[in-house]
Amino acid sequence: MSMPEKYDAILIGAGHNGLVTAALLARAGLSVLVLEQRKSLGGAAATEEIFAGFRVNTGADDAGLLHPEVLRHLDLERQGLQFVESPVLAFAPQPDGPPLTLWRDPAKSSSEIARHCDDDARRFPEYCRLVQRLSALLQGMMTLTPPRLHKTSLAEAYPWMKLALKVKGLGKRDMMEFLRLLPMPVYDFLQERFKSPLLQGVLGSAGVSGIRFGPRAAGTTFLLLYHSLNGGAPAGRASRFVRGGMGRLSHVLAEAAAKCGAEIRTESSVSRILVDDQGRAAGVALATGEELPARSIVSNADPRRTLMDLLGPARLQPRMMRRAGNIRLRGTTAKLLLALDSLPRFQNAPPGDDHLKGHILIAPSLDYLERASDDAKYGRISRRPILDAVIPTLTDPSLAPAGKHILSVTAQHAPYSLKEGSWEEQAPELADLIIGTLAQYAPGLQESVLHQRILTPLDWERDYGLSEGSIHQGEMGLDQMLFMRPMAGCGQYRSPVKGLYLCGAGTHPGGGVTGAPGFNAAREILKDRKRRGDNRRGV
Amino acid sequence: MCHSHEWREWAGWLAASTYEHSHEREYYAIRNGVALIDVSPLFKYEVRGPDAVRLVNRVMTRDIGKCQVGRVMYTPWCDDDGKMIEDGTVARLADDHLRVTAAERSLRWFEDCGYGLDASVDEVTEELAALAVQGPNSRALLQELMPHAGLDKLSYFRLTKGKIDGFEVTVTRTGYTGDLGYELWTPIANAPQLWDSLMDKGNGYGATPTGIVALDIARIEAGLLLIDVDFFSSHKTLIEAQKSSPLELGLGWAVRFDKGDYVGRQALLDEEERGSEWALMGVEVDWVHLERLFDEVDLPPRVAGRASRSAVPLYKEREQIGQVTSHTFSPILKKYIGLASLRSLYARPGNQVEMEVTIEYSRQRARATLVKPPFFDPRRKKE
Repeated sequence: MSMPEKYDAILIGAGHNGLVTAALLARAGLSVLVLEQRKSLGGAAATEEIFAGFRVNTGADDAGLLHPEVLRHLDLERQGLQFVESPVLAFAPQPDGPPLTLWRDPAKSSSEIARHCDDDARRFPEYCRLVQRLSALLQGMMTLTPPRLHKTSLAEAYPWMKLALKVKGLGKRDMMEFLRLLPMPVYDFLQERFKSPLLQGVLGSAGVSGIRFGPRAAGTTFLLLYHSLNGGAPAGRASRFVRGGMGRLSHVLAEAAAKCGAEIRTESSVSRILVDDQGRAAGVALATGEELPARSIVSNADPRRTLMDLLGPARLQPRMMRRAGNIRLRGTTAKLLLALDSLPRFQNAPPGDDHLKGHILIAPSLDYLERASDDAKYGRISRRPILDAVIPTLTDPSLAPAGKHILSVTAQHAPYSLKEGSWEEQAPELADLIIGTLAQYAPGLQESVLHQRILTPLDWERDYGLSEGSIHQGEMGLDQMLFMRPMAGCGQYRSPVKGLYLCGAGTHPGGGVTGAPGFNAAREILKDRKRRGDNRRGV
Repeated sequence: MCHSHEWREWAGWLAASTYEHSHEREYYAIRNGVALIDVSPLFKYEVRGPDAVRLVNRVMTRDIGKCQVGRVMYTPWCDDDGKMIEDGTVARLADDHLRVTAAERSLRWFEDCGYGLDASVDEVTEELAALAVQGPNSRALLQELMPHAGLDKLSYFRLTKGKIDGFEVTVTRTGYTGDLGYELWTPIANAPQLWDSLMDKGNGYGATPTGIVALDIARIEAGLLLIDVDFFSSHKTLIEAQKSSPLELGLGWAVRFDKGDYVGRQALLDEEERGSEWALMGVEVDWVHLERLFDEVDLPPRVAGRASRSAVPLYKEREQIGQVTSHTFSPILKKYIGLASLRSLYARPGNQVEMEVTIEYSRQRARATLVKPPFFDPRRKKE
């Protein structure tokens, strides 16, 4: 029997994190093969021509979370990656009242807020500074490997100690505030500071993004800080987009990997992770039956899918198996993609179209957010969903035929587990509900729709391989963060099986297009190789 | 029937400690005649399905893949960290059907370990009666009851099926006495009839209803461990130090590393490479020295007639090196013996140690010698 070539590393999934890992491993001299089950690269960071002439971000739209260290390390901007920033971070229309526009410039935002509440306007700059300071600390944690709880080595603990000093350096008051805020419900955090329900709703929606909890849940302030990275503080989102669509990022990453010799195969679905007699991951089996050996397997698939489906529970010790089975996923996000004949016209909107260049948010109050999650709690689609829409064609007209637009709407909550009915039958109703909701704010929207496609949590699971449609590969609750992400005892990108690594959003720091999990995973994999003396290629 | 009215709790059931007022005749039935011991309180699980062997093999430290149909294996099982949960027997009843006995409830553990495998686990504890027929006359007695079961050819740790009074009985050549003996397994409805038939036919063989007290002495002589006495299930311990691995309990022979992955394998392998910190040994007390200690307070030597389940310290030159967890006077060996867990550094046969004894309320140390168990191992057990 002739053995196929043995790769140093096989990556399962070409999501943006997987590609970051692949590029870094290939650059370190490893022979790398990336296997992607879909036709297009990027996983949930992809741009696909789902309607003729329209190149649509099928997953994430905003690239604002992409970690500067990842950018710098891979020198992505020199390889053709360009960002476009919207002057407006968020625009929140109201059916009968003035809208709220939050600008990149906090002073500009303050004058907008003053139309709603003078006190809030006065407090807003201070709020932005606080959030910026605190999210900068999170930024520092993102590219660190979480320490193990039991046997932390000095080398592991050192970067965290430096960070702890930084926290201390904040001064006593900020440090206390940081420790107080992290587990705090975003509801209380914002109630303490602002009075305007609309401002509270807009900021609070970042704290519940992608999770099933409402704003009254513990840990939602943490999520707000997470989404406020890289200048997103004034709105909880950065409104920074990739020119050419999010998929361009994945392509640049893929090119960077390929340049260093990585091989990338699309439409190659992995059905099993192979384990040798010694219990070490030894390769993968494809859906076609083909078996590919490798020294390390790196999975960009979510941890549940990697461990329970691809590896199989019988390969795990019972404790880890229970933990893997208990990773809380609970996908709750749907996406409606619309091709539009013309721009939507929101009521009471300011002149021009600057306000439409960032995120358009339907999140009128904290109670609105809470009620939306109440529905999801009991297995129902939110009757009044939280909507986060982006029109990427405004900042990058090349994505659609001239004069036409894409409206990409992220909707919450659309719980994966519906109490009644199935997603097959509910999907069209959800699409109608989203369009109908938007139309309350932008009358006539329906008439401009040329094409539409709805992606439900079931679609995320089936087509994108995200278990339970969890776009973060595991709910971003405090109990599933840091060394507990994806689960306790598995927080350092190493799975319980030797030679099998995790590099997706299911690992620290978590979801969003950050590149950080992939970046950290590559570092740990290379560290292990060095430890083993497996250095033939001169890493 | 239980004249002593002395019962002992066993896994939620009451089991006779002794049937007569003294356990002595019952003990000698095990060693010289044939003892009938109701061991129905054992937990029993049936594992069925295409992956039945895989499931059991994933739990157990021995290679159950080698357990052919008709064979029974004794095996420990461990948690993720290679710490002993408990031990029991696995009987391969058919290609896809195994029966596992356990001292503790284990359904959840077996099901957890089997998650994702195509096999079912059913608890049959209350459906299946188990009767141990132990002692040198056991074979002759059973042969008379089931002449066609081929018991003369049934080897140690093998099973066969036969009929007694028209109902089917599974016979395994297993037991907890270290003697020639069998265990009979039959649906609970048949149990009274089975007992009566054995007692009827058993007259000439010295068949004796036997309780736990006699069994406890016999199992120490045989060097067999008792859960909650010689070791503790890692599922129930309060502190790490109370856990032990099969390697530390002298069960290294039942831990295989060449059978593929199973629960606890890596931890056990690490321990094997590192060397275990603890070991299990037998202890034989120096009777002459014990006599002298008693003599010092003008007493004749006196030891309990029953096995003691309270641990006593074991010393080497004033340093405590472990503890004797079960000890008893062996009526057949005329020796005071015990099972000890001790620092592996000292675990050499022949090593002179001291065991604590209390004489007239005063703690003394009796000289003792370490030996490799079992203390009593008659050829008939396996012949």
